[in-house]
Amino acid sequence: MDSLTNYLFVSASLFCLGLYGVITRRNAVAVLMGVELILNSANINFVAFARFSGMNMAGHVYALFVIVLAAAEAAVALAIIINIFNNFKTINVDDVSQLRQ
Amino acid sequence: MITGNIITDFCLLILFLPVVAFAINIFIGKRLPRQGDWVSVGAILITLVLSLSMLMNMFMNWDPNFSHEVQFSWIDLGAFKIELGFWVDNITIVMLVVVALISSMTHIFSLEYMKGDIRYSRYYAYLGLFTFSMNGIVLANNLISMYIFWELVGVSSYLLIGHWFEKNSAANAATKAFLTNRVGDIGFFIGIMLMFTAIGSFNFQDLFSGISQGMISGQLLTLAGVGIFLGAVGKSAQFPLHIWLPDAMEGPTPVSALMHAATMVAAGVYLTVRLFPLFSPEALLIIAYVGGFTALFAATIAVTQNDIKKVLAYSTVSQLGYMILAVGVGNYVAAFFHLLTHAMFKACLFFGSGSVIHAMHHSLHELNDQDTDPQDMRNMGGFKSKLPITYWTMTIATLTIAGVPFFSGFLSKDAILAGTLAFAKHYPQHFLLPLFGFGAAAITAFYMFRLIFMTFHGEVKMPKVFKGIHESPRAMTFPLILLSSLGFFIFYTLPYFNPFSDHGWFTELIQASDSVVKGNPTAEEIYEGIHHAHYPAMALSLLVASFGIGMSILMYMKKKLSADIWAAKMGFLYKLSLNKYFFDENYNRFLYQPVLKLSQAIAFVDWDLYDKYFINGFGRVTKWLSFLTGRIDYEGLDQKLVDGVGRTAQGFGNQLKNVQTGRLQNYMLFALAGVIVIIVMQTI
Amino acid sequence: MADLVFWIVVGVTIVSAAMVVQSKQLLYSAIALLFTFVGVTGLYIFLWADFIAGVQVVVYVGGILVLIIFGIMLTNKITSVNISHTSVQRGIGATVVLGILAGIGFMIINTPWYQVAATEPEQTTETIGRLLMMDYLLPFEVASLLLLGALIGATTLSRKED
Repeated sequence: MDSLTNYLFVSASLFCLGLYGVITRRNAVAVLMGVELILNSANINFVAFARFSGMNMAGHVYALFVIVLAAAEAAVALAIIINIFNNFKTINVDDVSQLRQ
Repeated sequence: MITGNIITDFCLLILFLPVVAFAINIFIGKRLPRQGDWVSVGAILITLVLSLSMLMNMFMNWDPNFSHEVQFSWIDLGAFKIELGFWVDNITIVMLVVVALISSMTHIFSLEYMKGDIRYSRYYAYLGLFTFSMNGIVLANNLISMYIFWELVGVSSYLLIGHWFEKNSAANAATKAFLTNRVGDIGFFIGIMLMFTAIGSFNFQDLFSGISQGMISGQLLTLAGVGIFLGAVGKSAQFPLHIWLPDAMEGPTPVSALMHAATMVAAGVYLTVRLFPLFSPEALLIIAYVGGFTALFAATIAVTQNDIKKVLAYSTVSQLGYMILAVGVGNYVAAFFHLLTHAMFKACLFFGSGSVIHAMHHSLHELNDQDTDPQDMRNMGGFKSKLPITYWTMTIATLTIAGVPFFSGFLSKDAILAGTLAFAKHYPQHFLLPLFGFGAAAITAFYMFRLIFMTFHGEVKMPKVFKGIHESPRAMTFPLILLSSLGFFIFYTLPYFNPFSDHGWFTELIQASDSVVKGNPTAEEIYEGIHHAHYPAMALSLLVASFGIGMSILMYMKKKLSADIWAAKMGFLYKLSLNKYFFDENYNRFLYQPVLKLSQAIAFVDWDLYDKYFINGFGRVTKWLSFLTGRIDYEGLDQKLVDGVGRTAQGFGNQLKNVQTGRLQNYMLFALAGVIVIIVMQTI
Repeated sequence: MADLVFWIVVGVTIVSAAMVVQSKQLLYSAIALLFTFVGVTGLYIFLWADFIAGVQVVVYVGGILVLIIFGIMLTNKITSVNISHTSVQRGIGATVVLGILAGIGFMIINTPWYQVAATEPEQTTETIGRLLMMDYLLPFEVASLLLLGALIGATTLSRKED
């Protein structure tokens, strides 16, 4: 367990799962959950690198900032989702495909 | 407090309080009660109190070598580093008091003078901006921040001259002032950059030590000095860039008093005083001649002007020439002394003229008279009984500027003249410099009394207008009384009471430092020379002043000599002076017009010849050729080859269109697939 | 023992994350996300990051997850118990993502990571606090501004237009 690569693999798996969620889910809220997974995987990386490079606390500080960003992002994204829901009466991202026109 | 050092704190407050007032007034001034004037007045009064307490502190310490420097880094790019900071010594403190005092007087005076103006709060905001930038110049410890504030002062001057920009003349005057200053500032900037490339620092002390180590010398140092002096020429309206200052009188009169008489134009002098040690002997000689010539030349113009503010404007140019002359002959303490006394009496004179104009304006307004010029002295006369306070205060200020004993102007002028005499004694080939000085002194006394006599004495020219003249309200007379009382010698010679010697706190606390350029006399030698020239200079200056005053009394009060006959006798000279030596006309004819002509000629060559024949001919040939190729192209290539390619592409496009799903997630998927391709390519 | 716990935590994290992206029902996804977050918290504890672990619980579990559940509730009728949600392009998506995972894994194995041995600190809160208040003061302040902006932005966006 005391090996950097273990953590990196866990983080990579989380990242890929999150990516998979973002790509495949139709529901915008689920896409958001995928994004949260990606952010968490990044945080694991930060903290793991901090731990294995001599307890360099800067990594923790960056992880904190990422958490702050995630919170802000979740709030704004949900606001947007609710806005989309009000306008389109759906939150399925592929129904909201006005980009095509 | 803020930084822990009380002097630094005071400087910061003095610097930034006015800019806070500016910010408040520019954004929300209109919505505040009384349009926010109390914000500006309050801020400036606090800075005045702070400045005065610094002055008190200076008296308590009584240390001629007091110096306090703080700096902080502004731009730090490794090897390239710019530091900003303050350099406070006794000169700075005195100058801060001058700026704060005149500025607060202006604020108070404007309460009445500008009452009811459409841009009242903006006017006060600009005053705050000006005070901020002026204090910035005063406190600067390096060339670059001085340059920044120098330009800021120019901006606020531009804004205030053009305060009534609906008037064409005001808008033009503002532009003229700005552009003329720009000419000088280019020189200033070249000077700064020469210094920086040679020494690698903007800091004054670094410059001085760099020059004394010989890092820059000879021609280059002279060039840099003259460049920096050019900045002063522009801002202090010296010949040949003096043309903007008389036009700047289009601005409100309190502004003229604050900026175009007492403080801003003195910034040029302050700059040369600050940087005196780095001027080479050749540069100083140029400075002396420019200053001396300006002093005499502007005085001769002032003699014939009829606009009360124009007389004062040329008088200001002339007095600034005096100060520059004093710097040039090495007597820069006298220059600063004259700057101090001049600020007081010239501000007082401008406020006085403001009071007169205000009264005229109101009277004309009641008569519904739009045509009469409220600033023309030929429409005035006999105002003495109607405007007693204005009359007496202006008379005191006039006595001061004329150099009558018991007044401060006598002392400072005397110090300058003694300096020029000593210089001429040492270098007899420069005998013109004292002649400039004494000539200007005589003429100054003459035209200033002419102003007083034409305005306040003699018969009433326009009885109807005269009837409506009233003394100005207290907010306007208070600055007049205060500033005129500061014309008495006693304020400058304390704790001594000898009216014929400038020996006092000023001379004891502000002492000249040696020039760092080899070849310049030391401060000791200069002082020695002045000491010997002191009494001859005093006698001579008394003589020329009484001559000027006497002539003025004969001509304009007793009417023993008719001014008109004299003018007719001197026909040509009179015309020259009345038209300001045709400077604007000549600049127009020899500078602006040739440039205009040149560009017209170039335009002709470019458009009529080159464009029409060459380019158009080329075009015609091309047109014919392209018609030919067009046929081949369209009928041969296009129809067959190109359209075929197009059709193929269209087919592909139709297929590829399906890829554009409009679904974000599809796009993302493709992007990720691309990432995999990149990873694979990287690893292989 | 610790090893076992570690692998259990890793298992919980990855399995629940997979459920987040696989589950047919949105609410189940949200619940699975809770387990993922808790699992990541456990990983932080293994990484000696006690403060971050605390923050993770408070912010993610207490804040973001609740927010997400609210989002689900607000955008679907409460009555429809099975808030179904389907997926698209699963096959090709899975292929691409597995490719990326392979790429990252290859990189992880082949990179000589810079590693320094360290002892476990007593606590990290004080050090983080010092860093935040001294070295990272400006980003800290900017982050607070960002949060304020997000707050205002979210309010403006979700407000019904009048």
